[in-house]
Amino acid sequence: MSILPPSQKIWWKEPIHGIEMMWIILALIWCLVLFLWMPYWHVYGKQNLSNESYKTSPEQFEAKANTMAKAYTVRTDAKSNTPVVHPPAGSDVYMLGRLWQWWPILELEKNKTYRLHLSSLDWQHGFSLQPTNINLQILPGYETVVTITPDQSGEFAVVCNEYCGVGHHTMLGKIYVK
Amino acid sequence: MAAKMFRQCPDSGLFFHKSAESLMKAHAVLGVVYLLVGGFLGLLVALTRMPSLHLLSAEDFYLALSIHGTAILIFWIIFFEMAVLYFAASTLLRCRPATPAFGWLGFLLMVIGSTLVMVAFFRGNSSVMFTSYVPMPAEPIFYLGLILFAVGALIGCFIFLGTLVIAKQEKTYDGSVPLVTFGALTAAIIAIFTIASGAVILIPTWLWSLGFINHIDPLMYRTVWWALGHSSQQINVAAHVSIWYAIAAILFGARPMSEKVSRTAFLLYILFLQLASAHHILADPGVSSTWKVFNTSYAMYLAVLASMVHGLTVPGCIEVAQRKKGFNNGLFEWLKKAPWANPVFSGMFIAMIIFGFIGGITGVVMGTEQINLIIHNTIFVPGHFHATVAVGTTLTFMAITYFLIPVLFRRELIWPTACKWQPYIFGGGMLILSLFLLGAGTLGVPRRHWDINFSDALLQFQFAGTAITMLGIAGFGGFLAAVGGALFCLIAVGSLVFGKRLDPGASLFSSFGFPMASSCYNVERPGKLGLAPVEQTGDGGVQAKGTFVLALVFLASFVVYFFINAKYLSSIWPMG
Repeated sequence: MSILPPSQKIWWKEPIHGIEMMWIILALIWCLVLFLWMPYWHVYGKQNLSNESYKTSPEQFEAKANTMAKAYTVRTDAKSNTPVVHPPAGSDVYMLGRLWQWWPILELEKNKTYRLHLSSLDWQHGFSLQPTNINLQILPGYETVVTITPDQSGEFAVVCNEYCGVGHHTMLGKIYVK
Repeated sequence: MAAKMFRQCPDSGLFFHKSAESLMKAHAVLGVVYLLVGGFLGLLVALTRMPSLHLLSAEDFYLALSIHGTAILIFWIIFFEMAVLYFAASTLLRCRPATPAFGWLGFLLMVIGSTLVMVAFFRGNSSVMFTSYVPMPAEPIFYLGLILFAVGALIGCFIFLGTLVIAKQEKTYDGSVPLVTFGALTAAIIAIFTIASGAVILIPTWLWSLGFINHIDPLMYRTVWWALGHSSQQINVAAHVSIWYAIAAILFGARPMSEKVSRTAFLLYILFLQLASAHHILADPGVSSTWKVFNTSYAMYLAVLASMVHGLTVPGCIEVAQRKKGFNNGLFEWLKKAPWANPVFSGMFIAMIIFGFIGGITGVVMGTEQINLIIHNTIFVPGHFHATVAVGTTLTFMAITYFLIPVLFRRELIWPTACKWQPYIFGGGMLILSLFLLGAGTLGVPRRHWDINFSDALLQFQFAGTAITMLGIAGFGGFLAAVGGALFCLIAVGSLVFGKRLDPGASLFSSFGFPMASSCYNVERPGKLGLAPVEQTGDGGVQAKGTFVLALVFLASFVVYFFINAKYLSSIWPMG
């Protein structure tokens, strides 16, 4: 009875039944597979989180994003009045999150690799690239750098998936891949 | 002569101490109040996320969601857990509770704290969600309320430990504490760690909200806050697993297959379960992969191993007990002949199956460092924790309530037919909700989001039609679960007020925390709690074969689901 003291005062000396032992061994093997899968994927998988991030400030980060936008804006999205930026293939590209937009709109080339820098100017935001479905947490004061290689062309949306106040659900960004 | 403070329940044989009994009742009743508040707002949230209904305005939705999360994840569960701690120490060990006056102080602090948080919410300037991530600000009384609530809960944990010391000193039991008390001790130890982490982060955040500190680093906040946020869910795991063992013992007279295995599994919880706070910062900058891999795996999944062990030994001990009773045909006669009409059993068993198969598997999969990339902050996450907390913990607490109403409150349950169906309605609704939130999350739908059609946004995006359909079905599941939840609250409160008195001393007041008539307490000191009878060995036919088959099915589902997600991960843009 689990609600009574164990019948052996030294419960440590109780035997383990065959079925229990078999299950413990099976479960432990699976646990080790799960554990080893992560380092394995770091070596052989193509989708990993970068370990590259920097301390920054909203002003610093905004300045970097502005510099990029000034140099490479190709047109302006009329409805949202947001610049569409086409940076050179393989370069460092910036996207900032603020209440309530992802800025600017990026235009990237398919199968080219970019260093994408992300940060927030105010509260926490969630970078959720759809429909490919890549999700990153974006914090103010931290600059995340991910190396991405878009391998599909088309129009992608950046949804904010970290609650950021009453306009949260209007916070969208765009990435075009050509 | 010392006063007579104990009564023995004639139905269960359990001894209740006057002060401990009142504390249990008060905490359990307050818990149900918050279940009612939180559950009602949960219904509104579900009906808002149902695209065809879209019930609340954006502002009301975020408010309702903030209250729903906090009232359920913190207030309902911790109030009820305090009752469980008093039960596991005082009732199971036949011991007077340590310092009951401080118990009431703790209770009062929890009431004041939770009320302050509710006031902050309803004033409208603290819709910051359960997580209250800085630098999004809430009102100072929001943080203060949480701190007071935590201090109250901490007092409850120390009284639990104190009661264990008294029981040992006064030799109220023989040998080691029962497994259920051992599990509750695990919960209390995790709770103390959890609450301390909460204090470490919430006190500075409170001072920040008052203007005494000018900056709280968001990453530091997330790292320390989750040692509160996730670990508090680990208190639930330890508590509801203990209740599973208790229900198996109460209904079937089941003994653990091996005390050594079950207790070691609890020990693994204490050592490794808290590392799970790392699950929440897998997609964060500034934390290295090495740290993430070690911690998110709870150190090589040793805490997952513990849960998988309980997953075998709880149904396993029921199977062994049933087979001894003669339900020995085939693999599953023991399960078929289980008391499925008794909500204490059905609630507990449904909770266990959904907790393991849905909650457990999805939790480990999304806690895998890289797979988290396709899941972080999507509605997959609420899909997961509705299987763990709403079914695993809440339904277990509901199940034990059906046992406690006659035994602790001395009232007969009203509406026997409704009692019989309630676990199926609630569990079934939550199962639908969970599965379809998991599905929509897999398609990238964000959590905590008022409008995934983005009708007010300047840019446009359309989620797949399947995702919208799945949200609709999830909303229906949420509605069904709310019906089941409301039914539970009605049955519980109705039985406390109108249920037939099983003891003439059970007055209306005594249903809500006051002691029963003093004539009920006629035992000065219960007899010493003896050892469990020695197991008759040699009946080798009694083995948990059916449970082992179920466990293998579980393992196979786990492996398949994991590799499906790994395959999905390999299809997104290459990144590093």
